[in-house]
Amino acid sequence: MDTMNIVFAVVVLGALGAVFGLILAVASKIFEVQKDPREEAILSHLAGANCGGCGYPGCGGCAAAILAGEAPVTACAPAGAENAAAIAEIMGMAAPTGERQVAFVRCTGGVNAKKRYEYVGVQDCISATKVAGGPLECQFGCLGFGSCVTACQFGAISIGENGSAVVDPEKCTNCGACMKACPRKLIVSVPANPKKVHVTCANLEKGKAAMSVCSASCIGCGLCEKECRKDAIHVVNGVAVVDYDKCIGCKLCTKVCPRDSIIPVATAEEKAKYKEIKKAQAEKAKAAAEAAKAE
Amino acid sequence: MDQIYELLAITLGAILANNFIFSQFLGCCPFLGVSKKIDTAVGMGIAVTFVMGLASAVCFAVNNFVLVPLDLEYMQTVAFILVIAALVQFIEMFLQKAMPTLYTALGVYLPLITTNCAVLGVVLLNVQNNYNFISSVVYGITGGLGFLVAIVLFASIRERLVFAEYPKCWDGFPIALLTAGLMALAFMGFSGLKVW
Repeated sequence: MDTMNIVFAVVVLGALGAVFGLILAVASKIFEVQKDPREEAILSHLAGANCGGCGYPGCGGCAAAILAGEAPVTACAPAGAENAAAIAEIMGMAAPTGERQVAFVRCTGGVNAKKRYEYVGVQDCISATKVAGGPLECQFGCLGFGSCVTACQFGAISIGENGSAVVDPEKCTNCGACMKACPRKLIVSVPANPKKVHVTCANLEKGKAAMSVCSASCIGCGLCEKECRKDAIHVVNGVAVVDYDKCIGCKLCTKVCPRDSIIPVATAEEKAKYKEIKKAQAEKAKAAAEAAKAE
Repeated sequence: MDQIYELLAITLGAILANNFIFSQFLGCCPFLGVSKKIDTAVGMGIAVTFVMGLASAVCFAVNNFVLVPLDLEYMQTVAFILVIAALVQFIEMFLQKAMPTLYTALGVYLPLITTNCAVLGVVLLNVQNNYNFISSVVYGITGGLGFLVAIVLFASIRERLVFAEYPKCWDGFPIALLTAGLMALAFMGFSGLKVW
């Protein structure tokens, strides 16, 4: 009789559950809401890490925002340009022409920079900047304690041989975590195109002030600005800044930089060779001008 | 006339004297979790009221027409959980179709009601108190209104607490729990309320 009771209870509750299940199944058909299939498709092209880097709650929120047109198709930085293009296709838009961007550290000071004192506190950039403005003479340089290295989820940034942070463009997803972590705001996003030149200094002081604190500093002399044929590099607030939309990667600026603070750094031979060519060109122009005058 | 008095007593009891949160300590999870902003607190309160009223009605039917005739009263808790879960699912689907704006406004709080013990509490208390159908539904709705009153009061206090100066170690949940405790003490004042 006891077992019968149990079986009876199980059957009744099972039946109750089945009835509710049936009602729900019918209701789900009646109340079916057509969801936009594009949302699913967009979601499949996001990074899926729910990192929140885009500013929306998780990848689902980002997908909904992209669909609603609130977020750009490139909202998900870790997903990369390929996926952004795929999302653009889903949205029926032209693929974004923007090149892949990577993080770039605007300082190669490190051991080249003069130290004011030996910092022995917590090995962290933010802590170091709190002690009398940091251990470097330069108020703009990379401290090299690796707050950005800790912030990077992709192992794409490390402290280089000369003591300043270096980004590995292959691994970098341009998520922006290091940019937020750097107390000196030295990390910016730049085009990944290896042809383009980058200024490796963020020191806003000019001339001697910049020269005395570091042997790798941009002194704002403006030679690069004069040399550029495409109007793509300018001294702004005492430091050279590349306009990446205009830079064609001719690298003339690197050859005239007296401080070697534009990379890829030109070798002494290249510089000498360029000087020769310029000299020859100047003489030729002079001769032509004189010839024109004689006539 | 007696029925009306009883309903009045149930109403006042559920909202003030026997408030689900402050004197029965049911539904404390959403009370603490969803009370940071008044807007969301109101949404949650309305959703809970709705579900509690409906659950009271359906569970009354299930209890009186299925469990009691079959001598299965000891399965009440399981059966009621089943009913509430199905009900919340059903309401979710219905709202998504019929009132999408309300659905998005309630958001994640709607499915959360499934695990709100105030809902299970109200249906079990209905059986315990031998309420008839009308009394059950009234108790469900007014219990939900009591929850609404409690969570909105609490949320408005919490919004003001942001500007209050209190020891830093109380930040977050400690101060919330202290506030809830003090409010429960205040609501204890209603316990002497005699209606009839």
